[in-house]
Amino acid sequence: MTSQHESAPALPEKHYLSGAWSPQDWLLTKDHKRIGILYLVGISIFFALGGLMAVLIRMELATPSGDLMPADVYNRVFTMHGVLMVFFFLIPSIPAVLGNFLLPIMIGAKDLAFPKINLLSWYIYMIGGAMTFYGLLVGGIDTGWTFYTPLSSGYATGPVLTVAVGVFIAGFSSILTGLNFIVTIHRMRAPGLTWFRLPLFVWGHYATSIIQILGTPVVAITILLVGAERLFHIGVFDPKIGGDPILFQHLFWFYSHPAVYIMILPSMGVVSEIIAAFSRKKVFGYKFVAFASIGIAVLGFLVWGHHMFTSGQSLYAGAVFSFITMLVAVPSAIKVFNWTATLYKGAIAWDTPLLYALGFIGLFTIGGLTGVMLGTLGFDLHVHDTYFVVAHFHYVMVGGAILGFLGGLHYWWPKITGKLYNEFWSKISAGIIFIGFNLTFFPQFILGYLGMPRRYHSYPEEFQVLNILSSAGASILGIGFVIPVIYLLASLANKRYAGNNPWGAVGLEWQIPSPPPTENFETPPVVTDEPYTYPQPDEKEAPVGV
Amino acid sequence: MSVHVAPLKTYIYVFLALMFFTVLTVGVAFVNFAHHAPKGIGNVLNDAVAMSIALTKAVLVVAFFMHVKGSTKITPVVIWGTLIFMVILFVFTGADYLTRPMTTFVPVMSQ
Ligand SMILES: [Cu+2]
Repeated sequence: MTSQHESAPALPEKHYLSGAWSPQDWLLTKDHKRIGILYLVGISIFFALGGLMAVLIRMELATPSGDLMPADVYNRVFTMHGVLMVFFFLIPSIPAVLGNFLLPIMIGAKDLAFPKINLLSWYIYMIGGAMTFYGLLVGGIDTGWTFYTPLSSGYATGPVLTVAVGVFIAGFSSILTGLNFIVTIHRMRAPGLTWFRLPLFVWGHYATSIIQILGTPVVAITILLVGAERLFHIGVFDPKIGGDPILFQHLFWFYSHPAVYIMILPSMGVVSEIIAAFSRKKVFGYKFVAFASIGIAVLGFLVWGHHMFTSGQSLYAGAVFSFITMLVAVPSAIKVFNWTATLYKGAIAWDTPLLYALGFIGLFTIGGLTGVMLGTLGFDLHVHDTYFVVAHFHYVMVGGAILGFLGGLHYWWPKITGKLYNEFWSKISAGIIFIGFNLTFFPQFILGYLGMPRRYHSYPEEFQVLNILSSAGASILGIGFVIPVIYLLASLANKRYAGNNPWGAVGLEWQIPSPPPTENFETPPVVTDEPYTYPQPDEKEAPVGV
Repeated sequence: MSVHVAPLKTYIYVFLALMFFTVLTVGVAFVNFAHHAPKGIGNVLNDAVAMSIALTKAVLVVAFFMHVKGSTKITPVVIWGTLIFMVILFVFTGADYLTRPMTTFVPVMSQ
């Protein structure tokens, strides 16, 4: 390893960012680290666009009357919010940025198994995103992110096919990423890095990849069927020509429920890494946490009917789906309990990544438990299509997936850029995000329980107080998202170098320089340790006696 | 990657088998099995015959032309895994369609 004075870390002489910077050096790069940065740029653009839509939604809902925009514009705004956030931010966020950057390093490899396919996946993603954005510019669509028929077929009022094809194309980037990860994890682990020595981040991504490969083709085929029905009048979803609109929901949710786990499993992987690093302990019940990821991925494919309790789906099928939905809570709870047990008696360091990880645990638990409520047939009948559902999935997706992403970004930012960010502002903004988030979405649980339906631009006056709370929270949350952009970008300009291992964490990625060299490792590493082997204070102190 | 290549003879036999099944598919299309079967399952029988021939052909193609027979153990695992998930999609969706007629909705709010 490079010898450095602990007091004054410096940038390594050569690293993956120090090479050539002409456009083709970036746009034709096969380096997984640079591709990760390309993805970071991509998802940031779509997050900003999706966020802008969220701002418009909360502005409209600050008053009971639909005064900011007419109903059909509002429908387009929340649809684009959902489409951009789900397909172009949440799904690629952690795997394509942090996974891309870290997965090869964590397993001691030079790159992913298929570097060119990795680059291809970014282009496919950007083309899909551009097409969807074009659909937004030429009028937008009002189907909701779920594209339910007949809104997307017989009663389509906008460029539905353009947007749907954009999502279809982006799906292939997700499949390719999953494929690349699975082959890489199987074939390119360093000598000595057995499956049970893999970081849990890698396990999370392995489980995610399974879903990406098995689920995404189904939603792609579904989109093709919608196209085939509209273009050739083959009866698939339209009852007039022998189809069934509920079939669309089956096919759509077969992918889209597991897709929730594409968003959350990588986040859980990030949280496992952070909790271990900042409590200086081995993750409690490592194997259970690892297998819980696989369990969630598999069970996640058996529950999709819980989105369809009120659709006309058979009650008997609904009962089965409801039962299996309860089962998903088991592996999820295993993770939450094991993280908590890891923290117990740990040497806790209250750095920003840990704040995000703790936020994740709390908010994901609320999101998950309200999911169990919604998975109950009787309760779902009461709150279906209300703000209760909106609040539930934002607790999972913002409170879970996005906090995990931000936690991971803050944890590995020094590794990715070689620079330290402003600690004061990073802690402040983590707090602002936590407060803003809860203020935005907790009132929506109450609104939904009281019966306020989702997807309307106006509402009865009695709901205004809670809606104003929510809109106020959204503006706080928005500020919380802007501050990190400022201090993270500012960190690039300063000279506070991170050194190899600013957190004192274990794991292969912390043994190489920050930023890493293009080939990651000077000499291929050999792994001899179990994961997360932190020296235990009580082991050292044991002879002193109790 | 070490690709396991079977002797040419194997491919010729498999090709001939595929040709035979193709002719058979065309042949059975002229036979209406419904005449020879108890009422009710007649049309199902026609489909079943055609589908089993198609399935046999698919297995031959996957096993020999796609080199699954003789590849590492992980390849069949991937294929079976994929098939299992397809079965999940069909069985659970089918469970809805099969039991939907049994569902009777009682109007709660009626008078
Ligand atoms: Cu679901």
